[in-house]
Amino acid sequence: MGYTTQGAFFKLIQVNVVNSVICLKKDGKMAKEHSLIPKRNLEWLGIILTGVCILLTIALVFALIFMVAKQGLSTFFVDGVSFTDFLFGPVWNPSVTDPATGLPVVGALPMIAGSFAVTLLSTVIAAPLAIGAAIFVVEIAPGFGKKYFQPAIELLVGIPSVVYGLIGLTIIVKFVRDVLPVGGTGYGIFSGSIVLSMMILPTITSLSIDALSSVPQSYRQGALALGSTRWQMISQVVLRAALPALMTSVILGMTRAFGEALAVQMVIGNAAILPTSLFQPASTLTSVLTMGMGNTIFGSLENNVLWSLALLLMIMSLIFIVVIHFIGKKGGLEQSR
Amino acid sequence: MEQLNSISRRRFVAVAGVMGATLGLAACGGNNAQEPAAEKPAEEPKKEEKPTGAEPKKEEKKDEKKDSAGQEFEGTILAVGSSALQPLAEAASKEFMKKHPKVQMTVQGGGSGTGISTIAQGGCDIGNSDVFAEEKDVDPKEAKIKDHKVCIVGMGPIVNPDVKVDDVTKQQLKDIFMGKVTNWKDLGGDDQAIVVINRAAGSGTRATFETFALDGETAMQSQEQDNSGTVAKMVAETPGAISYLAFSYFTDKIKPLKVDGVEPKQENIMDNSWLIWAYEHMYTAENPTPQTQGFVDFMLTDEVQQTIIPELGYIPVSGMKVERDVEGNVKNL
Amino acid sequence: METMNHGATIEQRKAQIAKSKRSDKIATGVLTAIVVLISVVLVAIVGYIIVGGLPHLSWDFLTSESESFRAGGGIGPQIFNSFYLLFLTMLVSIPLSLGAAIYLSQYAPQNKVTDFIKTIIETLSSLPSIVVGLFGYLLFVLYFGWGFSILSGAIALTMFNLPIMVRVIQQSLEAVPAYQRDAGLALGLTRWETTLHILIPEALAGIITGIILSAGRVYGEAAALIYTAGQTAPEIDLLNFDLTDPRSAWNVMRPAETLAVHIWKVNSEGVIPDIDVVAAGTAAFLMICVVIFNIAARFIGGRIHKKVTAQ
Repeated sequence: MGYTTQGAFFKLIQVNVVNSVICLKKDGKMAKEHSLIPKRNLEWLGIILTGVCILLTIALVFALIFMVAKQGLSTFFVDGVSFTDFLFGPVWNPSVTDPATGLPVVGALPMIAGSFAVTLLSTVIAAPLAIGAAIFVVEIAPGFGKKYFQPAIELLVGIPSVVYGLIGLTIIVKFVRDVLPVGGTGYGIFSGSIVLSMMILPTITSLSIDALSSVPQSYRQGALALGSTRWQMISQVVLRAALPALMTSVILGMTRAFGEALAVQMVIGNAAILPTSLFQPASTLTSVLTMGMGNTIFGSLENNVLWSLALLLMIMSLIFIVVIHFIGKKGGLEQSR
Repeated sequence: MEQLNSISRRRFVAVAGVMGATLGLAACGGNNAQEPAAEKPAEEPKKEEKPTGAEPKKEEKKDEKKDSAGQEFEGTILAVGSSALQPLAEAASKEFMKKHPKVQMTVQGGGSGTGISTIAQGGCDIGNSDVFAEEKDVDPKEAKIKDHKVCIVGMGPIVNPDVKVDDVTKQQLKDIFMGKVTNWKDLGGDDQAIVVINRAAGSGTRATFETFALDGETAMQSQEQDNSGTVAKMVAETPGAISYLAFSYFTDKIKPLKVDGVEPKQENIMDNSWLIWAYEHMYTAENPTPQTQGFVDFMLTDEVQQTIIPELGYIPVSGMKVERDVEGNVKNL
Repeated sequence: METMNHGATIEQRKAQIAKSKRSDKIATGVLTAIVVLISVVLVAIVGYIIVGGLPHLSWDFLTSESESFRAGGGIGPQIFNSFYLLFLTMLVSIPLSLGAAIYLSQYAPQNKVTDFIKTIIETLSSLPSIVVGLFGYLLFVLYFGWGFSILSGAIALTMFNLPIMVRVIQQSLEAVPAYQRDAGLALGLTRWETTLHILIPEALAGIITGIILSAGRVYGEAAALIYTAGQTAPEIDLLNFDLTDPRSAWNVMRPAETLAVHIWKVNSEGVIPDIDVVAAGTAAFLMICVVIFNIAARFIGGRIHKKVTAQ
């Protein structure tokens, strides 16, 4: 950790300086702590406390990953479904047996395509709006924005997915069917994306506001002093400096869209058919997963293959995240840490 | 899984035992015996008296009275499974707990598959299911579980109320769900595309519908929806939509279809002239706890069969003139 | 800045400046339009839910038990369950995620392993909550033998909640300017003290945002609870503090249906005749709670922020 030498060095000065500084600053409570707990122990206390937390978190996270992987992989290694059939098979119909292999037909391509389409489209809708709103809040009207707009938009997070689903079913699906000149029943990727973009908007907005706020004020002052307009300052300095953090907020919104099940399931139509249009019923990994879990017996192929979908979902969002981190690192300004 | 079974079973029994002992002691102060099952007094559910202090851990359940009619049960019952059976099981459990205030019963949804796998693993006392365990490739003998058919659920095709068609033949129904007919005008209705909304693959409703309405054929790939409530909403709001639902979800916002001139009605199921129906099953362990056995017996009493079951739109087992086995063979009673 | 082109004539410069000013105006207009659009959608959604459900809210509805198939059921136990579960979940997940985030941002060596762990935690936030729910069902409900209980539900919700909380807290800690931390260390404070007394107060706004966002998610979550905390709301007794009594409201081993699960349940397989009324009323109540909750959290957060930063 390279910290011990540093610690030893500071120890010389610390005794006199720190105690007097802290005694001046606060009511002396902290100084008392100091005399009771030696510095080194205090540092260990911190490491142990937070270390336990991270270990617990990691244990939970890995237990979950292990579980999903174990069930998900047994489709291939126990039940013998071919990996390529699963990944690229265009037909999903677990209740029908394929005469060629003697195994159920479990091609996940329609859902993979559906999930990607819904996630990308909803991000394309929500991210510009959310980041635009965040810029407005941080750079243009911080008073109104931070006091009213941000808290208001965070209300949207607390609405249960079912309620979003119902709103989607009664308003958006009807709107798409009756008002848009696209035909069809209104169920499909487009309706799903609209509902999802409402759901991820608050996540991206709030986190983007925090991202922009953390850009040092000196950057802005520097840009303005050089004579740039507000927009130039925003677009060429603030946005670039905040890019990695903005990316994170978009990712978190995106992953939420990726994993959302109940609301999407109500408006997308759940037809496990390779999507050819945004306005035809389609399905996502999560919608199929949610519908099938309760109807299958744990440990059976029909159940395992649903866990494979979950595994796939995890792997795909992992890829998403890695790619976007990469973009973020390339595009962002070097921040001195 | 073997280890999991034994551990969860043991733990569960332990928890049940502790709860039973707690409740047993709790009621020591004012133990008012409940009325026998036949009468249905309009009494308020009595609140448990607060137990005094911490109870010692007791595994065994004592003082079990063995007389059949006025038997008092205690302990916990956990029922898991079919969401279609959930409202009924819940309603019945409330009545049962009124009669046996020392029983704490929990009814869980989760789906028929969850119900059967949980009871087979010993994770609950009752596994609710819309289908026979055999249809989920679980052998009841091997899994040491016992089937109790508690009622019958009838299902029928439903359409959007604006669809002009009232009656279809079985062949037409098959054609619709297999994608051979795609417009209502071919069936004598308006020029309107047929929107097929299927039920989730593997769900009990779909299995029943495909077996008895489509003669075992698999429906084409189309929109799917798992929840009865959502299906009803979708059909009510989508022009030209067709799907199928249990009778208990029929409302005036959707229109049930006749099949071959037979109306989807309770009487027609009793003599098997309406073919699309299924048993609702409650699976228990081969040797269930006394309170579980008591509840299953209670489900078959007239009080449940003649009052709660019809009120919820299910059909009592006692009224059936026929019996159907796993393979679909029908026997007159 | 392209506008600082020294070779250009005065006219060209003027044109450039005018152009920058114009695009500045357009950008401001577009941003304002976005905010107006979002505000309209926001008001529409919240209004739709509250206006649709407010007429159904009555004292009786809010306090009585729900019915399984007759009309006229209420949401009394569900309200209590929602809050109790939220409280327990936050009780577990706030310290845990705070600790984990501090470790990741302050103590963890900057290497591949740390990056890997960070990425894995991020990935997990996309896992559908139903998978978390089923995991909780297999592990807590069956294997640990906790049954369908508040405890199982709270731990499952914690798992669902951790990734996003850890990520957000860690990000707000890292956003504190480096000189703040250097100053603390230069004063001879340990990292632990620096974190506790300098970084956390400074990052508090972001941490509170993270907590509010995830509390909202927890409050509205249904899928992760269906298989863990269960779908039954047994009659409960608020004054019964015997934690082993299954009828005590505070017993963590009893099943507990929350408001969001209740909405889901009545809409999916419910046979009560007044589904729409119950669903709309419940949603409106939930929304009102979220409004109050947000305002309160902000107020308290603001007070804490003022206190710890001595402003």
